Order: sequence, then C-alpha cells, then structure tokens
Amino acid sequence: MLKGALDALSIWAIPLLVAGIPAWALTRKVKVYPVFVEGAKEGFQIAVRVIPPLVAVVVALGMLRASGAMDALAALLAPLTSAVGIPASVLPMVLVRPLSGGAALGVVADVLRSDGPDSYAGRLVSVMAGSTETTFYVLAVYFGAIGITRYRQALPAALAADLAGFAASVVAVRWLFRGVP
Amino acid sequence: MSVLWVLLLVGSVVVAALTGRMAALPGAIAESAGRAVTLSLGLVGVLTLWLGLMKVAEEAGLVRSLGRLARPVLRRLFPAVPADSPAMGAITMNVAANMLGLGNAATPFGIKAMEELERENPHPGTATDAQALFCALNTASVQLVPASVIALRAAAGARQPADILAATLLASACATVAAVASAWALRRLFPAPPPGAPRA
Repeated sequence: MLKGALDALSIWAIPLLVAGIPAWALTRKVKVYPVFVEGAKEGFQIAVRVIPPLVAVVVALGMLRASGAMDALAALLAPLTSAVGIPASVLPMVLVRPLSGGAALGVVADVLRSDGPDSYAGRLVSVMAGSTETTFYVLAVYFGAIGITRYRQALPAALAADLAGFAASVVAVRWLFRGVP
Repeated sequence: MSVLWVLLLVGSVVVAALTGRMAALPGAIAESAGRAVTLSLGLVGVLTLWLGLMKVAEEAGLVRSLGRLARPVLRRLFPAVPADSPAMGAITMNVAANMLGLGNAATPFGIKAMEELERENPHPGTATDAQALFCALNTASVQLVPASVIALRAAAGARQPADILAATLLASACATVAAVASAWALRRLFPAPPPGAPRA
C-alpha cells in the first residue's frame, strides 16, 4: 500500500510539477513563456562553470582508485571495521560511497549477489547506500557553480555526515532486523 | 581544499608506485577528465529546464510562499540569511525535491539556492556558514525512498525489497543531524577572512 503510493508519487511528481508550475503562474497573470526562457538562459553557463572543479575532483579520485589505494586501505581497515559490525564485503561501500554514486551502486549489486539481499550484509549495504550521498560530487557541483574555491567547514561536516550515516546504518540494521533470519 | 587535492594526487602516484599499478594511471587520468566533462554537460538539459521553471515559480510568488512555509525551521538553521531572501524558497524546494528523490530537480534548485546565498556573501570565493551548512545537508541524503537501491534489491530477489526503508530513514536522519551539528561546531575552526580583506 505505502510502497504503491510512494511509487506513484515518484512517477507523477515531475510531470505534475512541469505542467503545474506554468499553469498556476498563468492564473497569476505571469507572462509564462518569456519568463521561462529568461530563467532558463543560465543553465548552460552554470553547467560549463562546473566543469573545472569537477575535472579536478574526478581526476584526483580516479587516480586514487586506479592506484590501488582503495584496496590497500581496505586491507588496513578490515580488522577494525569487522570489529564494529561491517563485514569485509561491505567495506568497499564505506570507501567508495563519498566518491562515486555509480561505483557505490556497483558495490550494492556485488554484495546482494554474493551475500544475498536478505542477509545482514545485504541489508547493511542497502541502508548505507540509501542514507548517504556522493559527497565530493555534490560539493564540486554546488560550490563550482558559483565559483567558490574555499569550502571551509563544508568538507569535514559532509564527511562527518557520511561517517554518522554509516555508523547509524549498522545500529539501525542490527536493531530493526534483530532475530530476522 | 588545495592541500587535500595535492595530497590525493601525490598519494595516488606514491601508492601506484608501491603497488606497481603506475601503468593504469595515465588511462585513468584521461578517462576521469572526460567523465567529469560528460557529467557537467549532462546537467545542461535539466539545469535549463528547472531554472526556467524556477523563474516562473518565482514570478508567480510560489517560491516566496514556500520559503515562508519553511521559515520557522530555516531561520534557526540559517540565522545569517534574511528571512525574506529568495534563497529560503530555493532551499525549501531543494530539500523537498531531495526528499521525494527527484535528484534531477534537486540539483538546479540547490545551485539556485547557492547563487542566492552568494549575493549576501561578503567574501566571494569563500563559503559562508550558510553555504557550508547547505552543502553539508545535501551530502546527507534525506531521500524518503531510495528507489535505485530498492530496485537493485528487487532484481536480486529480496523477499521484501523495501524492508530497509525504516532503517534507511533512521540512518539518514542521523547523517543529517551530524551534518548540521558538525557544520555548526566547526565553523569557528575555519574562519572567514575579515570583512574587506582582499580576495585570495
């Protein structure tokens, strides 16, 4: 029931907004079409402005992954993370999630296949992916769009949010699926 | 950011030398640079569409009413932003789109919010407390239904693909609280330049 309603919402929301906003504005005597074109002008420039910071971030992270640093870090961290309830198969999620959304979904698919979707590891990896974001991409796009190069506390705060999300995922899965096979 | 960036670059080269994977780096560098451009240009369509719709919504007074609706919460989170700033409406639309999982719409709204916040920035080029908090909020996913994860679970044959919803919401809430708390607690560790200081 609930899931059906939510599915419907996610399908209907965009078309309704795209049609509904101009329709509502028309009743408010807004010159809808010229105003739309005026506002839309900025889109291309913003996307182009995002290119340099995004290249900087994506290249650095691409080098990091190609260098094998992730595997080395995973080997280093494995004893620590398995002690706090993160199985070795789920560990790549913790390392990859802030860097790449696509790679994170890849890890989810891997763990679901190797451990099964209804296992502890399968549920944990799903919750981790759903409760955190691609931190570095978000920062590069939002700050890049307006030409900010000094992020101040944004990066540590964003990484703290990721860490809290991962830790809370472990606690939530353990607690909510207690005794569930 | 400069130190972190150099650390990542140099660290990768050193690790690649140690693990003997240097041969993989040139390809990864070129491929990553290309992918970053593809990612950016991939935003053009949705950015253009939603920035246009956003302007229409603004002229119709929708953005302002939304901002007013969320004012009690936003005023506490962003005390430095004037209550009638158009940024409030953009922030509200961004958060709402994120919760509904409309990533395509959330990004343009978020960029619009950052632009509006930048208007009140005394030091262009350096993030304000409000901008840092807003970005940190966006890196803590507040999505009500993680649709792509549920789809993957369904494809993998889960008994109830959506049974992770409650746990995900709980973890998201913790991440969001951590984002707000740490952005607030750390703001004095990263001081903004004094007013009128030359641009770095």
